[in-house]
Amino acid sequence: MSVVALRPGYTGEIKDRVENFHGKQLLFVSWEDHLMYCSPMCIPVPPDLPFGALTAEIIPGLYVAHPDTAKIEWPRVVWLRSSQIFTPDPAKSLTDNGLGHKALLRFRTPGLNGLNGSGS
Amino acid sequence: MNTPLAGKRPKTLSLKENYALLTRGLGWDTTYEPMDKVFPQDKFEGIKIHDWNKWEDPFRLTMDAYWKYQGEKERKLYAIVDAFQQNNGQFNVSDARYINTLKLFLTGVSPLEYGAHRGFAMAGRNFRGAGAGIAAQMQAIDELRHAQTQAHTISHYNKFFNGLHDYTHMFDRVWYLSVPKSYFEDAMTAGPFEFVTAISFSFEYVLTNLLFMPFMSGAAFNGDMATVTFGFSAQSDESRHMTLGLEGVKFILEQDPDNIPIVQRWLDKWFWRGYRLLTLVAMMMDYMLPKRVMSWGEAWEMYFEQNGGALFNDLSRYGIRLPKYHEVAAKEKDRLSHEAWATFYNYTHAAGFHTWLPEASEMKWLAEKYPMTFDKLYRPRFEFWREQQQKGRRFYNKTLPMLCQVCQVPTFFTEPDDPAKICHRESDYRDNKFHFCSDGCKDIFDHEPEKYVQSWLPVNQIYQGNCFRPGADPTVPGFDPLLEVLHYYGFHVGEDGGEFQDSPDCKNWERWTGKPGAAA
Repeated sequence: MSVVALRPGYTGEIKDRVENFHGKQLLFVSWEDHLMYCSPMCIPVPPDLPFGALTAEIIPGLYVAHPDTAKIEWPRVVWLRSSQIFTPDPAKSLTDNGLGHKALLRFRTPGLNGLNGSGS
Repeated sequence: MNTPLAGKRPKTLSLKENYALLTRGLGWDTTYEPMDKVFPQDKFEGIKIHDWNKWEDPFRLTMDAYWKYQGEKERKLYAIVDAFQQNNGQFNVSDARYINTLKLFLTGVSPLEYGAHRGFAMAGRNFRGAGAGIAAQMQAIDELRHAQTQAHTISHYNKFFNGLHDYTHMFDRVWYLSVPKSYFEDAMTAGPFEFVTAISFSFEYVLTNLLFMPFMSGAAFNGDMATVTFGFSAQSDESRHMTLGLEGVKFILEQDPDNIPIVQRWLDKWFWRGYRLLTLVAMMMDYMLPKRVMSWGEAWEMYFEQNGGALFNDLSRYGIRLPKYHEVAAKEKDRLSHEAWATFYNYTHAAGFHTWLPEASEMKWLAEKYPMTFDKLYRPRFEFWREQQQKGRRFYNKTLPMLCQVCQVPTFFTEPDDPAKICHRESDYRDNKFHFCSDGCKDIFDHEPEKYVQSWLPVNQIYQGNCFRPGADPTVPGFDPLLEVLHYYGFHVGEDGGEFQDSPDCKNWERWTGKPGAAA
């Protein structure tokens, strides 16, 4: 039973289908141990965006006010798709890196643990 | 009308007879149409009722008595509101930051009173038992009265402070107001039994002390007599509502053993949804009241862990246990308010009220109340933000947050066993991914995904281009989508939101009262 409804066979409209985003898809980005930025962020991105554009421009732009941002050494970053560790190919697109619509991209920066190491 | 005969006392009914005639006596079994067609909504949830006459209304209130009591309350309430207005009572509150508590309540909670009016009117129509139907209908009228008294309070405060000018427009649009809105709409779109279990029992009986108590005693502590007045006037109805909740749930449980697992699932769900809604109260208690009543952590221990624990002990004889994930709420009590306030500090430029950093004395209070978490996890970010603010670089987060598919709160909550790691949960359904802030919200989705795939998530709607005013043209050079969204919300940009220290409210307060905007 996927819903308790008056009419049998009731289905709901999925409000956030990828077709509704005018050629873009949603990507959620979460930097662990940097909770001064209170929650993961949500950005619209083209599905053919090369992964390298995230590290070159987009992610530093999201976390611009954090003093750790300038210190990130990208080759040392640990990446997770949801909870699964993976190694992205910077030249390939988000789609080819397995990041579809509403994917959650998490990253850890070993040695950088927020304001005075507090996780903030 | 009966004209008494000369020399004879008119015959009067006993209270019991009067009650019976004016409630049960108003119902009948239909014959032209089958009862199932007249009451089509009281079976699909799976609840089995064998004898509606077992419904006990402990108040035995009839309509004639109801009008009399409520009329008296209204006269008293408006006399006090008039006096408050004539004496410029709004300037007697502790300091101008306090007004933001009120803005949060009046824009976030007052529309729920109106929602409750609608919900109970529907429940009253849909119960086939006349006793239950009339109790729900009276509550529907109570809720309309509460919405109205609060609208009059909004009207008064709106003359002096920003952010209250169009609360009904905002309620249907603004990102954080979608949290209370979706909570209530979830209940209203369920069947009548789930609705009363959700609102009358889980919310009004189990959690209400954590909503009204902090707001109303907070108002009294901070000199806001207008709010205390509507609060007390509403509270006098709440005791009746709470009883309806408790008696309603006991009635359902006693009618058929098959009802027990259904009710337990609702209690699990509505405990969690109500608790997530109370996040706003937690931050209000710990950060927004210039004079604090008690900490959120203390309130949770007293009102849920102790009182709620005793209640569920009593219900164990029906086979009901404590709601699922109550232990997660206990683990979160030392962090909830700090995580929430930090989130509003991040996004206050897109809110209809102001935020600020706690003063040194307030940080000391927070450290005392939260010795396990405050200095270690939250003080560093507040101190960094203060440094930035002093350099003229007040921190704002310019990117929209990820939202939970069920509670619609930004996913800032942390893992039950690790307060430094964001809690992520997700489900795949019909080739789409859905994200949640907690196991509690994920369970709710997984049980009824067809309901929650329809969530109107404000952030996702903005990115779909659905949150601009009619005629806005995103192709015009220099178009600023986020600024356009604030106009769509009906905000007065630069006045309603942002840092308190920089706000017209703060400056006006100092000009009008000669007192500092923040008195701490």
